[in-house]
Amino acid sequence: MFDISDLQTHIEKGLHSWIAEMQIRRGNELHFQIEREAVVPLTQLLHSELGGELMLMVADDRRSDRGQFEVHYLFAHDSFKGFVRATVGIPALDPTIPSLATYSLPAARFEREIQDLFGIQPVGHPDCRPLVRHSAWSADYFPLRKDASPLTESATEEVPFPFKEVMGEGIYEIPVGPVHAGIIEPGHFRFTVEGETILKMKARLYYTHKGTEKLFEGKLPIEGVELAERISGDTTVGHALAYCQALEALSGCEVPERAKLLRVIFLELERLYNHIADFGAIANDTGFAAAHAHCFRIREQLLRLNKRLTGNRLLRGGIVLGGANHALPPNLDLAAELDTILADFNDIVEIGFNNTLLTDRLHGTGQLSPQVADDYGTLGYVARASGQDRDVRRDRPFAAYQDLSFQVPVFETGDVYARTMVRVLEVRESVRLIQQAIELLPETGALAVTLPSLPAFEPAFGLVEGWRGAIVHWVMVDHQGKLHRVKVKDPSFVNWPALSKALVNNIVPDFPLCNKSFNLSYSGADL
Amino acid sequence: MTNMMSYGLEIGQMLLALALAPGLVGLVRWLKARLQNRLGAPPWQPYLELRKWLAKDVVMSTNASWIFQATPYIVFGSTVTVTLLVPLIATPIAFDAVGDLLVVVYLLLLGTFFLALAGLDAGTAFGGMGASREMTIAAIAEPTIALSISGLAIGSGSTNLGQILTTTLTDPAAAISPSHFLAFAALFIVVLAETGRLPIDNPATHLELTMIHEAMILEYSGRYLALIEWASWTKFLLFLSLLANLFVPWGMATLVTLPTLALATAAWIGKLILLASAIALLETRVAKLRLFRVPELLSLSFVLALLAVTSSLVLK
Repeated sequence: MFDISDLQTHIEKGLHSWIAEMQIRRGNELHFQIEREAVVPLTQLLHSELGGELMLMVADDRRSDRGQFEVHYLFAHDSFKGFVRATVGIPALDPTIPSLATYSLPAARFEREIQDLFGIQPVGHPDCRPLVRHSAWSADYFPLRKDASPLTESATEEVPFPFKEVMGEGIYEIPVGPVHAGIIEPGHFRFTVEGETILKMKARLYYTHKGTEKLFEGKLPIEGVELAERISGDTTVGHALAYCQALEALSGCEVPERAKLLRVIFLELERLYNHIADFGAIANDTGFAAAHAHCFRIREQLLRLNKRLTGNRLLRGGIVLGGANHALPPNLDLAAELDTILADFNDIVEIGFNNTLLTDRLHGTGQLSPQVADDYGTLGYVARASGQDRDVRRDRPFAAYQDLSFQVPVFETGDVYARTMVRVLEVRESVRLIQQAIELLPETGALAVTLPSLPAFEPAFGLVEGWRGAIVHWVMVDHQGKLHRVKVKDPSFVNWPALSKALVNNIVPDFPLCNKSFNLSYSGADL
Repeated sequence: MTNMMSYGLEIGQMLLALALAPGLVGLVRWLKARLQNRLGAPPWQPYLELRKWLAKDVVMSTNASWIFQATPYIVFGSTVTVTLLVPLIATPIAFDAVGDLLVVVYLLLLGTFFLALAGLDAGTAFGGMGASREMTIAAIAEPTIALSISGLAIGSGSTNLGQILTTTLTDPAAAISPSHFLAFAALFIVVLAETGRLPIDNPATHLELTMIHEAMILEYSGRYLALIEWASWTKFLLFLSLLANLFVPWGMATLVTLPTLALATAAWIGKLILLASAIALLETRVAKLRLFRVPELLSLSFVLALLAVTSSLVLK
């Protein structure tokens, strides 16, 4: 079997002259430094020959202590559930990196993000239009550099974004947004259509850069949990857990068994209320408002349950560094409550799917082919509806998932129906998971441990299957034990471009339905 | 019937139609909310909306021409005219001779036509999108209306509304002919399309990209919006009244006396509530059709109308 030492041998053999400080950490992580010119050969080796996926790219400003920028590449290797982290030093006076855009579409997006936030140019990138940057930032303003101060005034000159124009007879553009009807975040959608048929859709996001990653810097690790909970309002537990797991991995501490099970309960409760609300919202976008009203009622019941569990409707405060914060209240039969809720939800799903007008709208709409889903590195239900059998809970178990049994639903059609069905089946699995966790949950025992001191400038990461998909948090602390760099990857970051692909050849009035079936976070992408 | 009285009746039924239209739409909304297990806004909410819009300023696109400004008045004016031509509570009425069914239908379509123009006029993408969709639908709905009405006209030998009603009232056996049922079914589907109800258009959506009627009027605000919405609610009431009175005219006053008129008004409101409930129930049960399936549904209603005409000719 292929294992981490084989991988080490392969990499050393192929790239030995460019590699330094190679070591194995935490059993399945291979860490090393690499020369800038070896990034492309490394990707070729990992991506094309050894079957690794580029999961994350993190840039870091180390000019004050090392006189250089650093870019970390994190690859995930499926066959033995391992990771490869390669770090490249980039001279402060020549901030460029060789682009991996032609090897990996996620890399293309990460490089554009790094270009906008750090001013490190990807050389050879086929499309380095700004991603995060809007014209309010002056050209020499790079907010994540350590010497960047908060923007006091914005550049007033509005520079139009270079949308690719499609020419031809009968072809016109529909600009939608950034301000929308309804309570959602800003995003501009530029449709190129022929009649009602969508030829191309380009989403221009990042209208509300909040400086989330910058806000982490200089905070104590314990202070970062609250911020992590607020990265994307509907993914409180997912982000908090990924953040805590990253720091726990860094410290090497083990979370108590009781807390691991509670973490499963909280994470699945979050999945429940979001998936159920999504089912209703998808039905509502077909005009079947009755299902929406009932799903919203169930969501409200779940939010009230959340409040009884953690004191907060969105489960804030449930996850803490080193464990969990709230045991189950003694007078609450959570398993029975969830049985009632699930029966209720199953009824609504049955009523919805018995309505042929509704199912007719879902079948074949917004198809994302398995190939495209794979190329874009999509995550979560979007990936699983398009034949990508990926679920961090099963593939790289965290918290207490290795002790629990559950199915991962996978569909091949990649349409709105498949994305809806993945959610419906996951709701059922989540209830089962919570009930198993309650069975195993010890009555007494520590809820959390205190983290030992954290090694400075060592990278570590946490990986969690949130309700939307895999979330990664990357952390590094400085010599005072304060956060030096936190990089957040919400699944929306890679799923947004896949939405554009799914829309091609659909009709304009089906866009809201496709969009709802993806239900991507603006805030999670626009940090 | 003296002239004074019949003109009084005309004015009375016009005012009544305008006054009841917001309430009827509010009732459908409220019933839908109740059927969806929601509390819903009270049925009189549309009156409050009208008051709000009338108090607000009008904001206009700099690209808009006179069409944009004239349209609300044309739409409202043509609808008010129709309230004078359709027998709502009594038959025959004084203006029967002024316009027949075809005039009624095309006056209503005149409003649709100008709304589509105004949708294009402001120069926004949504307006043009809504206008193009509305015209796609109107192109199929229009002949269906004319055809299904012909089904009735052939039976009574006249396109005059009062004449059709009188024939049905005096010869009830004719009202239960197959052609009446077919024409009713055809007209019911077309009414759903013309008044922007599910499964053709979703009157409750906020999603601009899926809208038809709402997309056309997105640019309107203030008193213009009030006029257009009031007209479209009145159009809804008129179509329901047509459905009710053409096919089930019983209860209408044939003599102009206070008790018969009171009774007829009650019967008319009762029929409207019944139809409104049916529409609320239908809208709760169905989902919106994919846009390209709408023509299929409308073609179905066209076929029904064609059958209505054929059967009335064959069975005559």
